[in-house]
Amino acid sequence: MTIAEIQNEIIDEFSMFDDWEERYQYMIDLGKTLPLIDEQYKTEDHIIKGCQSKVWVHANMQDDKVNFTADSDAIITKGIIAILIRVFSNQHPKAIIEANTDFIDKIGLKEHLSPTRANGLVSMIKQLKMYAIAYQTQLS
Amino acid sequence: MLDVQKIRKDFPILNRKVNGKPLIYFDNAATSQTPQQVIDVIVDYYSNYNANIHRGVHALSQEATDAYEQARQKIQTHVNAKHAHEIIFTSGTTHGINLVANGFSSLLKEGDEVIVSALEHHSNIVPWQMLCERTGATLKIIPMDDNGDLILSELDTLLNENTKLVFVNHISNALGTINPIEDIIDKAHNVGAAVLVDGAQSCPHLKPDVQSLNVDFYVCSAHKVCGPTGIGMLYGKEEWLNKLPPYQGGGEMIAEVTFEKTTYAGLPHKFEAGTPNVCGGIAFGAAIDYMNAIGFETIAQYEHELLEYATHQLQQIEGVKIYGTAKKKTSVISFNVANIHPYDIGTILDKMGIAVRTGHHCAQPIMDFYKIPGTIRASFMFYNTKEEIDTFITALKKSILMLS
Repeated sequence: MTIAEIQNEIIDEFSMFDDWEERYQYMIDLGKTLPLIDEQYKTEDHIIKGCQSKVWVHANMQDDKVNFTADSDAIITKGIIAILIRVFSNQHPKAIIEANTDFIDKIGLKEHLSPTRANGLVSMIKQLKMYAIAYQTQLS
Repeated sequence: MLDVQKIRKDFPILNRKVNGKPLIYFDNAATSQTPQQVIDVIVDYYSNYNANIHRGVHALSQEATDAYEQARQKIQTHVNAKHAHEIIFTSGTTHGINLVANGFSSLLKEGDEVIVSALEHHSNIVPWQMLCERTGATLKIIPMDDNGDLILSELDTLLNENTKLVFVNHISNALGTINPIEDIIDKAHNVGAAVLVDGAQSCPHLKPDVQSLNVDFYVCSAHKVCGPTGIGMLYGKEEWLNKLPPYQGGGEMIAEVTFEKTTYAGLPHKFEAGTPNVCGGIAFGAAIDYMNAIGFETIAQYEHELLEYATHQLQQIEGVKIYGTAKKKTSVISFNVANIHPYDIGTILDKMGIAVRTGHHCAQPIMDFYKIPGTIRASFMFYNTKEEIDTFITALKKSILMLS
């Protein structure tokens, strides 16, 4: 699936919910499906700055596709990073770099997009794209 | 008796909705809300007499100058300073602290010692670290115990003839502890050290008397006492303010300027370079008037009731741990729920229209002491109600259910 297709799938899933409680509950549930980062990578180097809670992300590339694992000590944040990783994992670095993230707005999480928001969604997106940029450099 | 329903009508913001729910504002320790009486003063200033002050010969400038200087006198009376020129308008508490720290750069030398408490806000730690780096002085810490009380006996062992400055907050922003500043001031003065008290968290709840405290410097911000942001005050004893060099150069703070030499203006203008926040100063005065009209004793009594009520309710919830259980504290409750991140709770409460603070409250050393990433902090002002606390408790229980 392309990034856009995955995003549409997530938009569809969230459209089933009428209110914020159900959306948040679903996001929390998605957090439980997050591919967890190996404990050895839970170090300062892997922490995303700008989040009130701790978020660790690790990436690797196989067959020109980037894969991410992550974890967080807060479960809402864990849900958010799980959504992002579902969108970006197993994609070519170039596709990750070029992806837009407007779907966040469409699943009713727009409030998390504010750059001042303490959960650092913007920082998370930036960090995932940074990994992609690094891998893209290796490829070219 | 405080008529809270009448008071709430003064605060237009309390009528608004957040995420479709009536706003419950429990982040007062970060900033307080502004009553219509103060908003009116701001509107009146810009509508009728906005001008630069202290130098115009025209009517507007005269009116603005009078109002600004009257505000200074109101604050002087409020904190019981001996002279109006001992009140310096600043942009806020942080500015006041930096002004003093910077001034002491020229007074300290290697081997001198500066003491701060373990309960400090970052704004009362970092400027002193910078001061010590500049001067070679050493920074020492008054430790705290599990309840969030300072261990005063430790202060005795820290104080000696090398101690030049002691910095302590009157009330801790993270825990609400009221510190025994009278004792600290006396002990510091016994070794000849000056004392700066950070009153950012105390001024919303009590009326400091700088003369009876015999404090050397006292700072606070208007935005925590129902005034606007960007304005605050530094009280300094006249002899200390005369000893300190100016902080910033510019207009207003000079007596005479030639390219060879500038002579500085007298107090308070020496420390008020540039065009000040005139409107802010006047509105600060209006905010002090507003709170005095209600009365600080009435306010303290009512807020204490809110604190007891909320503490009791929170203690009934399984897994809740309250940090900072000092005997003397103001209406601030810092707490956590077992196995749930404070950030998660804060996010869900916000969805229900409830504003609390989560995180380390700019007091990381306190969080390190308790070995926690942060807390949820609910802080109350005199316009909050027990009904709001009930709603908050219900919402908290609901968020715990969602997040467990």
